[in-house]
Amino acid sequence: MNGKELTAKSFALRKDVVEMIRRGGGGHFGGDFSVMDILVTLYCLHMNVGPDRMDDPDRDRFILSKGHSVEALYAVLCDRGFFSREELATFSRFGSKYIGHPNNKVCGIEMNSGSLGHGLSVGVGMALAAKMDERPFRVYVVMGDGELAEGSVWEGAMAAGHYGLDNLTAVIDRNGLQISGSTETVMAQNSLRERWSAFGWNVLEAEGNDIAALDAAVIRAKGCRGRPSVIIANTVKGYGYSAAENQAGWHHKVPTAEQYAAAMAELEERRVNAL
Amino acid sequence: MNTVPNRQIICDVLMERAAVDRDVVVLCSDSRGSASLTAFADAYPAQFVEVGIAEQSLVSIAAGLASCGKRPFAASPASFLSTRSLEQVKVDVAYSGTNVKLIGISGGISYGALGMTHHSAQDIAAISAIPGIRVYLPSDRFQTRLLIQALAQDDKPAYIRVGRNPVEDVYTQGDCPFAMDRATLLREGGDVSVIACGEMVHAAREAGEMLAGKGISTRVLDMYCLKPIDREAVLRAAYETKGIITIEEHSPYGGMGAMVSQIVAGTRPVVPVRSLALPDAPVVTGASKEVFDHYGLNARGIINLAEELIRGV
Repeated sequence: MNGKELTAKSFALRKDVVEMIRRGGGGHFGGDFSVMDILVTLYCLHMNVGPDRMDDPDRDRFILSKGHSVEALYAVLCDRGFFSREELATFSRFGSKYIGHPNNKVCGIEMNSGSLGHGLSVGVGMALAAKMDERPFRVYVVMGDGELAEGSVWEGAMAAGHYGLDNLTAVIDRNGLQISGSTETVMAQNSLRERWSAFGWNVLEAEGNDIAALDAAVIRAKGCRGRPSVIIANTVKGYGYSAAENQAGWHHKVPTAEQYAAAMAELEERRVNAL
Repeated sequence: MNTVPNRQIICDVLMERAAVDRDVVVLCSDSRGSASLTAFADAYPAQFVEVGIAEQSLVSIAAGLASCGKRPFAASPASFLSTRSLEQVKVDVAYSGTNVKLIGISGGISYGALGMTHHSAQDIAAISAIPGIRVYLPSDRFQTRLLIQALAQDDKPAYIRVGRNPVEDVYTQGDCPFAMDRATLLREGGDVSVIACGEMVHAAREAGEMLAGKGISTRVLDMYCLKPIDREAVLRAAYETKGIITIEEHSPYGGMGAMVSQIVAGTRPVVPVRSLALPDAPVVTGASKEVFDHYGLNARGIINLAEELIRGV
């Protein structure tokens, strides 16, 4: 699949997210939309994962540390054949395993998340296991920028730098917004490059809603030796539906009937235009 | 008097296991010395992970290792491991179902004069409330060995608390009956039952012998398995003896006494349960024995309660 087709796919998957949130009666709309291109890049261009490889010890490992963006992950996993659309249609319903944060009862999900600040250290453990057993797999951890206020993130960052885990790549969905507003007013996340660099990381930056740019950054991360890499992916919260873009109010929201129709129409238009 | 602390036994067993199972991994948070794991770190550097003073990441890293097939044992002072890392224990270990064994060292009040920051009087309550993880407080070095040997070969999460100092033997080499998740019957009796865990088991056994001398037939149970607690042994005690005394190095809230009371209240409420525990307060400054004696967590305290119970029934 070429870049244009993947970009189109990522708009189509956002439509699936809108459906999911509408039917499920809740979901983290803004973050789902900002992170989508990161997930599409990893799942469609880089990670050697698939529904038939979940027992393969050499499969790449993925952790969605910003677990509240699970609707985007479900849409991607469903697209990659990990489960059917019918199964996913039970999202948020009574007794469903497709809940509002990742859990490993769902095929394709390695670890449970939702409580922020855990994923990076878990990824450190996975990357250490790969080193111990000399296995070739890589570990990817996607975090939110608001999440970086959790102290435990920096415990993991410290350990990854200390052990020089070059098989670990962190991606920060840098959309600049969290529930209460701008990340810079809630708890400033400035100097991110310097912070990660000081912890011994190879720091990369990319346009986070541009699959070609993300692809190039992941390739550079894979090529880095002796240090873990972090990609600061500069995204737009709500990217794909202009009324939701850069609006903190869309962090967790169910669209009204009008918003639903407008979002679906705009996403379809952008999907077609991408091709 | 035994001079080998239980933590040393854990190191011995893990070194034996590491020699035959390269997936056995030990993690420490600048705690290898206090956990008696320096010998492991020196002998198996490729199976040892130092995370620094970072107990949250200690647990998460262990969970990541376990998810890739390793058998991690994460050792850190019980005070920090059980409450500072509780979120990681809940999510990354218990909820994700990773095969992590958490070794809480210097548990209970064994850090003595270091104060409440270093005491873990809430660990049974905190961790038992989380679904999907087991809780063990072995009593002596022989039982600790058998427990760790069993845990090193199973695939489910567990928290194990041991104290800092050597404790008197309850069992002997070659005579340590052990069945996983079953209380060990140390003494049969029909008047009262004493249910103890961890370092309190020795006092319970002593009390059982002294009570027998006074004509009070006392059943003594070593409830090293707090979760899953041996419900059957508790029920038998409730039906076959006239009263139950529990004794533990833990807060009066949410520990073994509360668990036993819950079982008895729901099945045979006529049987009185009396619990000996640490106070709901920072404990008095002192070495373990001084602190236990101060609060009546000893044979004398058990005997007093047993006599009270017998008078009352």
